[in-house]
Amino acid sequence: MSIVQVVVPRVLAALGLMLLNGVVLIYMLRKVLGHLHLRLGPMENGWHGIAQTTFDVLKLLTKEDPTPKAVDKALYFIAPAIVFVPSLMAYAALPFSNSVRIVNLELGLLFTFAVLSLVPLGILAAGWSSNNKWSLLGGMRAVGSQISYEVPMLLAALPVVMMAGSMNLGDIVRAQQPLWFIYNVPAFILFFVAGLIESGQTPFDLAEADSELVSGFATEYASMKFGLLFLSEFSNTFIFAALTVTLFLGGWGIPFVPEAIMQPIAPLVFMIKTYLVIYLLMVIRGTLPRVRVDQLLTLGWKFLLPVSIAWVMITGLVIKLGQTVFGGAQ
Amino acid sequence: MSDPREIGRPSGSLAAPDGILPAGTYEPEVLPAGLTRAPVGVNALATEHLIVNMGPQHPSTHGVLRVLIELDGEEVKAGEASVGYLHRGIEKLAESRRYSAVGTLMDRGDYISGIHNEMAFALAAEKLIDVEAPRRANWLRSLMAEINRIASHLVWYGPMGLDTGAMGPFLYAMRDREVLLDILEDVTGQRMMFNYVRPGGVLADITPAAEKKIRVFLETFDQYLDEHIEILAGNEIFQARMRGIGVIDRERAVGFALTGANLRASGLSFDVRKDRPYAAYSELDFSIPVAQEGDCFARFMVRMEEMRQSVRMIRQCIDGLPEGEFTAKVPKVLRPPAGEAYGAVESPRGELGVHLISDGSDTPYRMRYRPPALYALQVGESLLPGVLLADAVVILGSTDIVLGEIDR
Repeated sequence: MSIVQVVVPRVLAALGLMLLNGVVLIYMLRKVLGHLHLRLGPMENGWHGIAQTTFDVLKLLTKEDPTPKAVDKALYFIAPAIVFVPSLMAYAALPFSNSVRIVNLELGLLFTFAVLSLVPLGILAAGWSSNNKWSLLGGMRAVGSQISYEVPMLLAALPVVMMAGSMNLGDIVRAQQPLWFIYNVPAFILFFVAGLIESGQTPFDLAEADSELVSGFATEYASMKFGLLFLSEFSNTFIFAALTVTLFLGGWGIPFVPEAIMQPIAPLVFMIKTYLVIYLLMVIRGTLPRVRVDQLLTLGWKFLLPVSIAWVMITGLVIKLGQTVFGGAQ
Repeated sequence: MSDPREIGRPSGSLAAPDGILPAGTYEPEVLPAGLTRAPVGVNALATEHLIVNMGPQHPSTHGVLRVLIELDGEEVKAGEASVGYLHRGIEKLAESRRYSAVGTLMDRGDYISGIHNEMAFALAAEKLIDVEAPRRANWLRSLMAEINRIASHLVWYGPMGLDTGAMGPFLYAMRDREVLLDILEDVTGQRMMFNYVRPGGVLADITPAAEKKIRVFLETFDQYLDEHIEILAGNEIFQARMRGIGVIDRERAVGFALTGANLRASGLSFDVRKDRPYAAYSELDFSIPVAQEGDCFARFMVRMEEMRQSVRMIRQCIDGLPEGEFTAKVPKVLRPPAGEAYGAVESPRGELGVHLISDGSDTPYRMRYRPPALYALQVGESLLPGVLLADAVVILGSTDIVLGEIDR
């Protein structure tokens, strides 16, 4: 097989997954928030407004795309791509089942974190090149919070790697049979909080704080460029939820159900779990107020970082003790 | 006491302090005489302040307010509110309207609490023509005013949630406000621009349908109010955003002539309803909630508690509504004798006063409208230096400003 035959189907698969997820998630967000807020959400197009997002996407695609006069053109055009591409790449390593995945990477977890850490670069570029003071503030906030929380998030995922003995996401899932790693509750909470911030979710959605910055770094973007920024945000939410499922909630597995029975329905189980986590995120989004930027940074540097380092040590110690006491039957 | 506008205003306000142009201001190519340019560039390691326009099209300015904010990173160095985007010249227009027509102008002042605006004018006009409203009219005025007060506080409570980033409370508040507006519509025929309180009495009597709706509302709202308080005040993030932010001490509150809930949150118990009773308030049993802290959270809790007191008053009004006429006999065209009068009510935002001067003709010679929110905006502005941008939004929101009233 030539390299084209290998690469093109995989990129297309990731792209299809991302777009489909985006469309479903936008509809889901509007419906969930609507019902939380005593209203119905979209109701007009199709049954319960199910075709609404399709029309929204069509509208974004056909919209005029004005470029503000004072923007830094090169950066302004490339910034949505810098945000979009890493978030597309992050789909590569996600294990939907033993066999269904885009690439089987030995260092899948590290790869996912690595590509996701490129996203702030694009957001800063978008905020900076827009030549708008509010966009700049939004971009700086996004970078400030995401840089502060990358380290705690990675450190919170480290206990899982130590317990599973691998960075391959598939191996991590298989290591959670029959007991999900969520029993390591502190690691789960640390990961979840850091991930909320990393993916820009309420109560930590400072970069787009609508009551302060209106739309933050996306203010000057319109049409499909805005669509790309918007889509990658939803995609990051999905990836964060999928990582939570993979690392802590047993991935595609169900406890005590043997692998052979699981195989055909594994991707479905994985998706259902992921969407349940996303539902939780949306309920949080519809309920909580937003923290202030200094409170966010204080929480990150003074609490999450030291605690996650300490928890890595404690987990390591417990694993080592277990190996010593039970003679290495890990 | 020194000039109240100077309290809390730092030296680094928008004016040039010591011969150096404030960083971040627009610098023309040719500098004015005596000014040097602030150092910029990597070698000097100087940072520039950013001057941003919050508003007039900004979601958190509660109307069309423009606040010029000088930012050092996220920190507000100076803030200057610029008002007048909603100016309609209500005071001037009143000079060419008959007394019976001024009520429609008053509604458009503070459009969220129309009943109070009309009442302030009606009280002043009644003093001029020396007519007393009948007892039933007074009770109806109090009843409608308290219903309007809850509706108005809900319009403040919801956006307070939005200002801190919580979407939900806004829609829950609108649910309850809808019921109240229905009641007001039943009685007055309008949802916001009522023109209900007229010199001499009120426009119409309460309808049986409205009475029934009020009773249903009274049954449910106590529980809803607890929910409202719990959903925001019970939230740790919300408390962290509100406590200790935007503290107005007593001296500042008095210096800025603050009234209403903003004043009472600073520990001073002044309420026109108690201290200069009008309508039926001397006969109603209610208490004035007061808090000592003076921060945003105190203002929040005082307003929430005020809603509870309003519910108490509505209950008393609907149960004890006296029989009789709902309006006194007043001529169609009022021609008060020359003189002047001041009528004041406790609107949801504070002491709302109308000063009328008559020259004996059928139109006021001069009308002066005292908008309480204008003073609240000024005190909010004086609190801006030194806070974070997110706090600025919360401080302006917590003082409950309505731009229709400020700009008049």
